[in-house]
Amino acid sequence: MDAETRELYQEIILDHSRHPRHFGALKGANRSAEGFNPLCGDRVKIYLAVDDKNRIADVTFEGKGCAISVASASLMTDMLQGRTTPEVEKLMGGFLHLVKGEGNKDLSADDREQLAVMAGVSGFPMRIKCATLAWHAMKAALDGKETAQTE
Amino acid sequence: MNAEPQRKAPLAYDVAGARADFPILARRVYGKKLVYLDNAASAQKTHAVIGAMDEFMRNEYGNVHRGVHYLSATATERYEGARKRVAQFVNAAADEIVFTKSGTEAINLVSYSFLAPRIKAGDEIVLSVMEHHSNIVPWHFLRERNGAVLKWVDVSDAGELDPADVAKAITSKTKLVAITHMSNVLGTQTDLKEIVRLAHSKSVPVLADGCQAAVHSTIDVRDLDVDFYAFTGHKLYGPTGIGVLYGKRAHLKAMRPFNGGGEMIREVSRKKITYADPPARFEAGTPPIVQAVGLAAALDYVDGLGRDAIASHEADLTHYAMRQLRELNWVRIIGEAKGKGPIVSFETQGIHAHDLSTVLDREGVAVRGGHHCAQVLMERFGVMSTARASFALYNTRDEVDALVAALHVARKVFC
Repeated sequence: MDAETRELYQEIILDHSRHPRHFGALKGANRSAEGFNPLCGDRVKIYLAVDDKNRIADVTFEGKGCAISVASASLMTDMLQGRTTPEVEKLMGGFLHLVKGEGNKDLSADDREQLAVMAGVSGFPMRIKCATLAWHAMKAALDGKETAQTE
Repeated sequence: MNAEPQRKAPLAYDVAGARADFPILARRVYGKKLVYLDNAASAQKTHAVIGAMDEFMRNEYGNVHRGVHYLSATATERYEGARKRVAQFVNAAADEIVFTKSGTEAINLVSYSFLAPRIKAGDEIVLSVMEHHSNIVPWHFLRERNGAVLKWVDVSDAGELDPADVAKAITSKTKLVAITHMSNVLGTQTDLKEIVRLAHSKSVPVLADGCQAAVHSTIDVRDLDVDFYAFTGHKLYGPTGIGVLYGKRAHLKAMRPFNGGGEMIREVSRKKITYADPPARFEAGTPPIVQAVGLAAALDYVDGLGRDAIASHEADLTHYAMRQLRELNWVRIIGEAKGKGPIVSFETQGIHAHDLSTVLDREGVAVRGGHHCAQVLMERFGVMSTARASFALYNTRDEVDALVAALHVARKVFC
């Protein structure tokens, strides 16, 4: 197997995909949205509990998908707690740039370190949508929409 | 399930010679030898096809049926010659062959021009659960617009379709049976002749989706007695951008036009229009002229090798691949129909089809991973997606071995 594939499927990614964090429906969620990738049929549902200060108090996800989409969703839920809506949007912008191979400058040092494991996706253009599915669903939930599609 | 009857030795077949006819097969991907096993999605192109299109554009190109000048005449001759060639390929008459832009458009044409005018709320369309979306969605349109009812015929766990089950689904309200001649996921070849016989005994016409079957078997629309037969050029080693609809002459003559524009009319005035006869009636606008020339060259190529010889070679590959995959207890083959075509879908325990396809790709092995535009079938078998290896006239047993080796690589990553 080549180095790029090894980087894509590094141990942390495989671990997240096998043992996703924050998995399942969220009691007390006040926002939720489903993401659907028509290309492969993968589905992910994001649950958010957003408090009155527009801060994400809790977040979970459920669904089925490939290792990349599940790991990405799991990693995302790990990172969102406590962030305000504008902070989340900024983080998402940085994440999208990262997986599309457009650099990581707009991520904070901590976020950069945590998301570094996803950078390998940029070498696999056909898989970028797998990595972004959960993020688009999360954004749809924040925006009060019910569904998101990977364009 | 594992026991298969002894197979006859494949006919003498020069696969190395055939491979040399396809320039792309010599290339490497990611520094690895290319093993192209996504032929059910689209087949690669021979020198003969590439050369015929190139030569036509260099020397004989013009628009068809319009000018009286030299090049218009040569182009018209080549285009109509291609129609004759396609007709011969499926044992039809040339005026029963309509060129479309794809197999999908051919089916949409039947939906729009043949069925829509004669279907009303509550009328039924019978189809199998293993149809490709292109033989589902046009009928859903008639459900949405006209209130048609879709009646689904199930397949067995092995993926076989019993013609008697199709007959049972036909009622006095059935207006069409729309059925695949070969599943693009399971490889199942349906008993189309028997399905047509049973449907006709109840006066119901049959449309067959032949996009896969036309590649892997010899099609005789007269013998099948099928009303409509749709297939595409690019899976048959021809170019993209051309599809074929065979329709019985009486049906085509009775049908409304599809698209409107040049070429499909007899006379246009401010107050009225009259339509051209088939097949021109259904070919509005400048048709896929270069593609038709390429498709004719592809059919010449296929017949030059011999369709029986190709089928025998592909059957050997399928048998070999099924045997190799059955050895792996973490692989589940989906589609075990007897006499199936060279399409092998499978699930790998603990590995999503997309992750599998990515790892295989980096090993040089191109397979399709996903729902294969057959979500109804995926639901029937309780899977979200499968990986699919599909073989063509140029594949080899070595390539099956490369697939199996790549599966082991993926297994190491994920399990």
